[in-house]
Amino acid sequence: MPRRRSVPDLRPARRAVLKLAVSMGLALPVAGLVGAQDDRRKARPQVNDRLVFAGGDRKGQLITLVDLPAGGPPLTAYPMDPTARVVRDDSRLNQILLVRLDPTELNGDTRARAADGIVAYSAVCTHTGCDVWDWQPASSTIKCPCHFSEFDLKESARVLNGPAPRRLPALPLKVVDGAPTVAGSFVGRPGFETGG
Amino acid sequence: MSVRRLAILSFALLIGLGPTMLAAQSPVSYSAVTEQRLLNPEPHNWLMYRGNFNGWGYSPLDQITPANVKKLVPVWTFSTGANEGHQAPPIVNNGIMFVTTPHQQVVALNAKTGDLIWRYKKELPEDLVQLHPTNRGVALWEDRLFLATVDAHLIALDAKTGTVVWDTTVDNYKNGYYLTLAPLVAKGKVMIGTSGGEFGIRGYIAAFDAKDGKQVWKTHTIPGPGEPGHDSWPGETWKTGGVSVWLTAHYDPQLNLSFWGTGNGAPWMGDMRPGDNLYSASVLALDVDTGKIRGYHQYHWNDSWDWDEVSTPLLIDFPKDGRTVKGLVHPGRNGYLWRLERGADSIKFVDARPYVTQEVFTKIDPVTGRPTYNEERKPRAGATVTFCPGLWGGKDWTPAGYNPKTQYLYIPANENLCSTLVGQPRPDPYEPGKPYLGIERPKTTMSWRQGASHIGELQAWDMTTGQRVWTHKFPFMNWGPILTTGGGLVFLGGTNDRNFWAFDAKTGSELWKFKTNSGITGVPSSFAVDGVQYVAVQSGWGVDAQRMQARLDTFRGTKTEVPQGGVIWVFALRD
Repeated sequence: MPRRRSVPDLRPARRAVLKLAVSMGLALPVAGLVGAQDDRRKARPQVNDRLVFAGGDRKGQLITLVDLPAGGPPLTAYPMDPTARVVRDDSRLNQILLVRLDPTELNGDTRARAADGIVAYSAVCTHTGCDVWDWQPASSTIKCPCHFSEFDLKESARVLNGPAPRRLPALPLKVVDGAPTVAGSFVGRPGFETGG
Repeated sequence: MSVRRLAILSFALLIGLGPTMLAAQSPVSYSAVTEQRLLNPEPHNWLMYRGNFNGWGYSPLDQITPANVKKLVPVWTFSTGANEGHQAPPIVNNGIMFVTTPHQQVVALNAKTGDLIWRYKKELPEDLVQLHPTNRGVALWEDRLFLATVDAHLIALDAKTGTVVWDTTVDNYKNGYYLTLAPLVAKGKVMIGTSGGEFGIRGYIAAFDAKDGKQVWKTHTIPGPGEPGHDSWPGETWKTGGVSVWLTAHYDPQLNLSFWGTGNGAPWMGDMRPGDNLYSASVLALDVDTGKIRGYHQYHWNDSWDWDEVSTPLLIDFPKDGRTVKGLVHPGRNGYLWRLERGADSIKFVDARPYVTQEVFTKIDPVTGRPTYNEERKPRAGATVTFCPGLWGGKDWTPAGYNPKTQYLYIPANENLCSTLVGQPRPDPYEPGKPYLGIERPKTTMSWRQGASHIGELQAWDMTTGQRVWTHKFPFMNWGPILTTGGGLVFLGGTNDRNFWAFDAKTGSELWKFKTNSGITGVPSSFAVDGVQYVAVQSGWGVDAQRMQARLDTFRGTKTEVPQGGVIWVFALRD
């Protein structure tokens, strides 16, 4: 089965239309605007995206450093385009798990991607796509309640136990204006193998 | 003729042509599956999920017997290329076998040689959640077969070529609806039920026209406003109350009724939805033409234990008090063996008795069958409660079997297991497509009773007396669906040692075992081609058997590896 692109972009045709429209100073038809917004909502996290609460009472609100106490528990976030303030919540695969850990406990790769000890990973299990997690604070690990795969968030979310075939894709972070901010693309493709 | 054509196809496959292309050029000779054939399946075929509409898991074939079963050997195997739980039976129509696997794949094979005829694979959405990555089989009708998928589609395939005839979107998988069961086909209707109780769906059963896939009727398992039973759900809880249906119904053509088992309510804690919660944990009798509910029996009210009663009762007629009862027999997940009487407009309670240790029910009303509970053993919001049997019950989905020669019911049971559930003070708010359980998940544990010597059991119950006649004990759990045969055997897998087992149906003596590639939770079937009897099963561990193993490993501090990967095994007697 062909692999999907990990970072779907604006389609070339649409990009061309947008460019043309902008260069000619034309007002875009409403349908075009809606389409462009839809694409932004589906696109994977981009550099400089801010992060917002994915659910709960503060759904859609910006996540700042004070929302992430040391030692967890993790939050689930969606990325948000910082300019247009479009939340990229039209793909379940954009859910991001955020937690602040002791930087001295992180391995080299994880520390390099972390910001103020905050690490970020795809929140979608690589086994069969579940997206809720049981936090195990003593070990800084998370366990998927669906089939009990366990990942070590200190070490690039490597698989410790269970049927997951690979680690959770990591997302590099930086801090901008007191808020964790996306600093790169997912390292790997979020989601599970649909082909069996 | 058909075998010869298949041989030609197989040869063509060897020289590298794709199966779909091949089939299009050289169609397979195929015996249309008529209503009459479904009503009276030939002994050499296995035309539906449990072999017949009664749901017996019984093959009349008698070539393989207790005297010769030691000579059983594999004659061919086929790797499915898939991991996870392989639960579907090999379904056979005049020498052609159809098998579904996890990840919504169907393979058509020459049942005698194992050569591939065609393969169909549905591409699944990348954002799908597969809480139960499995599929339980196809249904046959005319020259078509039907597949219900985990992304909530119902698909008709051409049985000769594997090409899609129609593809109906049953529901939106993003809201937690999914399908894992083998459809029931009767009177030209394809009937399915929806999974998704864990996500707070509102369950239903629906029928689709086999010709074009258009919906004919739809009956919710939770009554809506104005319908009888609606008041058993407080407030708005009926909208997200679960009550899924994920196993194939059995069918009584004389009564024109299909019988469906239903799941537990959502969230799991009963006090989050006080009331009986009709028709959760029940059997429903639905008119096949209209979907109208003609009768029901609720095994237990206001479920709080995750005791889905989705296993469909077997249609077994048994003697009781000097008359023959047209029965429904159900070894429940709640640990009781239920015997009911099916009628045109009612389901009546006959009797019930525990088949595993059950510490929750204090008594059963002798007239209505309604249980009374030990409230200390009923999980609830904000409390920690331990109960036995555990949340996987005395038996989960794995179907029991019935042999009309011995008149015994065979139950694949798990004894001595208990669960501890911790209820949230109040459930997390409902969100479409997200788990809606009302429990503190990380605090859920499993244990076994102090001093227990074993877990898995194969039990035989005499339906003429209602008494247990023998029990075989397995050290660890048993997740083995039952096949029983006219030759006097019971076949099952289900153990974590990868074995496929044969027992004497009359005495319970262990006669044969064979170690396969993986653990077996597949439904076995039996068929014959050219006068030779075969026994077939898929080996491929996963889903709830794997989950239970993980829970038990946590309890015991062990790490048990049961390898994954699906293989179809076909056995016959060595000459």
